[in-house]
Amino acid sequence: MIELSAKQLADAIARGDVSAAEAFETYRARAAADELNAYTWVAPEGTTAAPMSADAPLRGVPLGVKDLFCTEGVPSQAGSRILEGYLPPYTASVVQRLAEAGAPLLAKTNQDEFAMGSSNENSAYGPTRNPWDRERIPGGSSGGSAAAVAAGSAPWALGTDTGGSIRQPAAMCGIVGLKPTYGSVSRYGMIAFASSLDQGGPLTRDVTDAALLYGQMIGQDPCDSTSLAHPETIALPTAERLDGIRIGVPRADLAADGIEPGVIAAFDATLQRAQELGAELVDIELPHAEHALAAYYVIAPAEASSNLSRFDGVRYGLRHGGDEGLMAMYTHTRHDGFGDEVKRRILIGTYALSSGYYDAYYGRAQQVRTKIADDFRAAFGRVDLIATPTAPTTAFKLGEKTADPLSMYLGDLFTIPYSLAGLPAISIPCGLSDGLPVGFQLGGPAFSENRILDAAHALEQAIGFEPLEIS
Amino acid sequence: MIDREQVLHVARLARLQLTDDEVERMAGELSSILGHIETISGLDLDGVEPTSHVVEVSNALRPDVPRPSLDREVALSQAPARTADGFLVPSPQA
Amino acid sequence: MSADVEYEPVIGLEIHVQLKTRTKMFCGCELSFGDPPNIHVCPVCLGLPGSLPVVNARAIHLGLMIGMAVGSELAPRSIFHRKNYFYPDLPKGYQISQFDLPLCLGGKLGDVRIHRVHLEEDAAKLTHVGESGRIHGSDSSIVDYNRGGTPLAEIVTEPDVRSAEQAREWLNMLRVTLRQLGVSDVNMEEGSLRCDANISIRPVGDTELHTKTELKNMNSFRYIERGIHAEVARQIEIVRSGGKVQGETLHFDPRTERITSLRSKEEAHDYRYFPEPDLVPITISAEMLDAARAEVPELPTARAERYASTLGLSDDAAKLLADRAELAAYFESVLEVDSVEPVAAANWVTELAARLDEGDPAGSKVEPRALASLIGLLSSKAINVGAARQVLDRLVAEGGDPLAIVEAEGLGAIGGGDELADAVAAAIAANPDVAEKIRDGNMKAIGPIIGHVMKATKGRADGGEVTRLVRQQLGL
Ligand SMILES: [Mg+2]
Ligand SMILES: [Zn+2]
Repeated sequence: MIELSAKQLADAIARGDVSAAEAFETYRARAAADELNAYTWVAPEGTTAAPMSADAPLRGVPLGVKDLFCTEGVPSQAGSRILEGYLPPYTASVVQRLAEAGAPLLAKTNQDEFAMGSSNENSAYGPTRNPWDRERIPGGSSGGSAAAVAAGSAPWALGTDTGGSIRQPAAMCGIVGLKPTYGSVSRYGMIAFASSLDQGGPLTRDVTDAALLYGQMIGQDPCDSTSLAHPETIALPTAERLDGIRIGVPRADLAADGIEPGVIAAFDATLQRAQELGAELVDIELPHAEHALAAYYVIAPAEASSNLSRFDGVRYGLRHGGDEGLMAMYTHTRHDGFGDEVKRRILIGTYALSSGYYDAYYGRAQQVRTKIADDFRAAFGRVDLIATPTAPTTAFKLGEKTADPLSMYLGDLFTIPYSLAGLPAISIPCGLSDGLPVGFQLGGPAFSENRILDAAHALEQAIGFEPLEIS
Repeated sequence: MIDREQVLHVARLARLQLTDDEVERMAGELSSILGHIETISGLDLDGVEPTSHVVEVSNALRPDVPRPSLDREVALSQAPARTADGFLVPSPQA
Repeated sequence: MSADVEYEPVIGLEIHVQLKTRTKMFCGCELSFGDPPNIHVCPVCLGLPGSLPVVNARAIHLGLMIGMAVGSELAPRSIFHRKNYFYPDLPKGYQISQFDLPLCLGGKLGDVRIHRVHLEEDAAKLTHVGESGRIHGSDSSIVDYNRGGTPLAEIVTEPDVRSAEQAREWLNMLRVTLRQLGVSDVNMEEGSLRCDANISIRPVGDTELHTKTELKNMNSFRYIERGIHAEVARQIEIVRSGGKVQGETLHFDPRTERITSLRSKEEAHDYRYFPEPDLVPITISAEMLDAARAEVPELPTARAERYASTLGLSDDAAKLLADRAELAAYFESVLEVDSVEPVAAANWVTELAARLDEGDPAGSKVEPRALASLIGLLSSKAINVGAARQVLDRLVAEGGDPLAIVEAEGLGAIGGGDELADAVAAAIAANPDVAEKIRDGNMKAIGPIIGHVMKATKGRADGGEVTRLVRQQLGL
């Protein structure tokens, strides 16, 4: 059963080859036995999934859910000490929606604290290990979800992506990760990092699974003012060829420092395959992409500094210093409850919004954001999709970059532009470099998920990436 | 770029207690990050509209119709300190 | 500055009005007042992780009505901002408010210009409980989030107010206007109307604005007047003694009449406003404007002006009726009955209102037609004023037709015939000492004679006629 993709498992359940209860218990036991620290909570033995209708499209294939999503009565700690043991009184809209569609909650997955990080080392509950090499990071911040799916302890999982947090761990773990168009998936119940960038999405073993899960995630939610109805229904991808598809390649951005040769090699080989499948490669320019990182590291921390103000020790979560007056309660709770990376971003964000600095930082960053969106608009006038590596490197060693936050941030340079423009992008595995998976990122205009998934499917077939053997 | 005093000021605004060591370390790390961010200060952005929403919607309004509230016990259940019917906090006046 | 300089206060007002919606600004919890704590709360208004706000359409509608009532320019596009600060009554660590793109800009009410009207959410309620067993060694407070998230309209005036009295009168005008608009209960005791005042002083004749202080949250009209008086006096005292007014936030204690600073300087706020990313812009459509306009009634100031200019009422009488929508409505229904003279109608509606306390005359037993008929009887001299008041008393108690009451009770006026002359003669005969004084030229002594006549005629005599007869019979 565990070799089956989620789609194949759903089909098997539909045929009656396997029961949903059997599938749930099999994966529940695997998740409970996980050795990668991919989970922060696993459904207890004897859990029976809520009843679903016989024609529920996801048939009972259980779902790993990033801990950033609130789940009623189930710990939802967002990787933070400040929410240790927190039991929300409600469930995130998208988790609810998927449960109703037949994907019951299997487990909560580990993550960087409040989704701030690219390595899962910023989890208060310990780092998750990469199943390809346990000395290495699984990527982040949805590292628990990525490791779980790659290791076969969950058929599929939900992640969230603010600047690359679905795509980068998918790349590091050799699986598929889709960051959808901003607004297409409800954020209600997803603990906020940077509200104007956060977007939930699927982490799956293959492109078909990504389409199947994403197709059930979309829809306007009256509880999320920024959510939108997707103009298309999401079809399961069938394309085998890329005839007539123009793929833009931002050559200048690929010359940046710090991109590993093995990554470039796998990327170039994949472009070659795309051409063989009939795609036309077009050199493009995204003139402001080089400033995306700087704009992102103003906007995301600024919004985060405000979003994390609610963690004040009053209504839920940790409280320290409560006997020493209100100010002490605030400052001690937040000092002891937040990790270093979160503190860093709160401080940067507070600084960037503070009196006298707003225009120079936040205001300018929002203008850069406009320019980046304009660049994409211009590019998508000429090409259908844009291709880059997902990350400049493969999975690095635990502890390798923790001393230099900026070097960690630089790993997001290919993913962040899409986040700032609110555009969809997928990462699919495209080969190995020194035995570690390399991600290939394909991005498109808003709501072009069907096109992206189709192209990714054709490439996936041609690449024939060998996933990690599941034991 | 950003000195100890500024770190302390911002930490106070953000209600973060920092040890002396942390202030020192943060001053260095924040300076290096802000140094990178500074690259946007050289761009010519005159007349460029800022983007605060990438979605092009407006008037996501809700009808004025009541929805069920939480049970009080549920609302209070996660509070670090509480009374029978409220959240207990150190007094702001103290 | 020397001691003989005259100073004038320069005052701007900021009024927070709780809007009369059914649910909160950003969630579906019901509004309440006086309910048990923490029963109208949900993930949104508790600021639970992951929750998101959604704007209440009715709050926008009521905001537009306020803007229309004060003649604001209604912004075609407005957005919400986050105002960041920490306080236990603020569950998210920021208040969702409007900043540089508010719903309504400019306007005027009476002689005070409006700067802006914007929407925001109310804070929760904090109750100080002193030292508690749970938190050792320090005082504690209890937070009740029922009020948190209540929709507020914040109305900010230009600094056009020049005295504490003017502030009180203008606020009353605002309150009456908002009540008639139906957008708020505007009850200061219950906190649905709250007022802050920005106060500075300057030498009379000076046009510059000087450093202002902010006097916070005064919760009655009386306190506002007294608070402003105290603060103006304090500032004049500072300046006269050679000091400088510091810009700070102040609290007026009505018990001690003392003014104290609320925050020390190092706590100076930096609200770090930025556009609320969880909400999208509000763009006002023609339909939204039409719907708001359709609900805006004629407002007190316009109505009072109409009563004065087209109906000939005195300013006081016009304001008295216009300020109470229910009196104005009743007054107009009395006028709708044929040929009632407006000034007389105004007087008698006021008479009627005085007998009803705060009640609505439309809900009383006095039909507008009956009041009109009573006024008719009086103006045709069929009854005198005293009799009319007696009839009105009966109408208030039992309703009915004035003419029938007059006939049944024999309240018809006694004209100039023998009956009245005889009564006067009898009264003079019964009060020879009073008659003597009147003969000596002291007309003011006539009271007992008139009283005697009234008693004899059961109040039906006309006072002027009695006086004339007394003079005639005494040969004056
Ligand atoms: Mg306000
Ligand atoms: Zn609520």
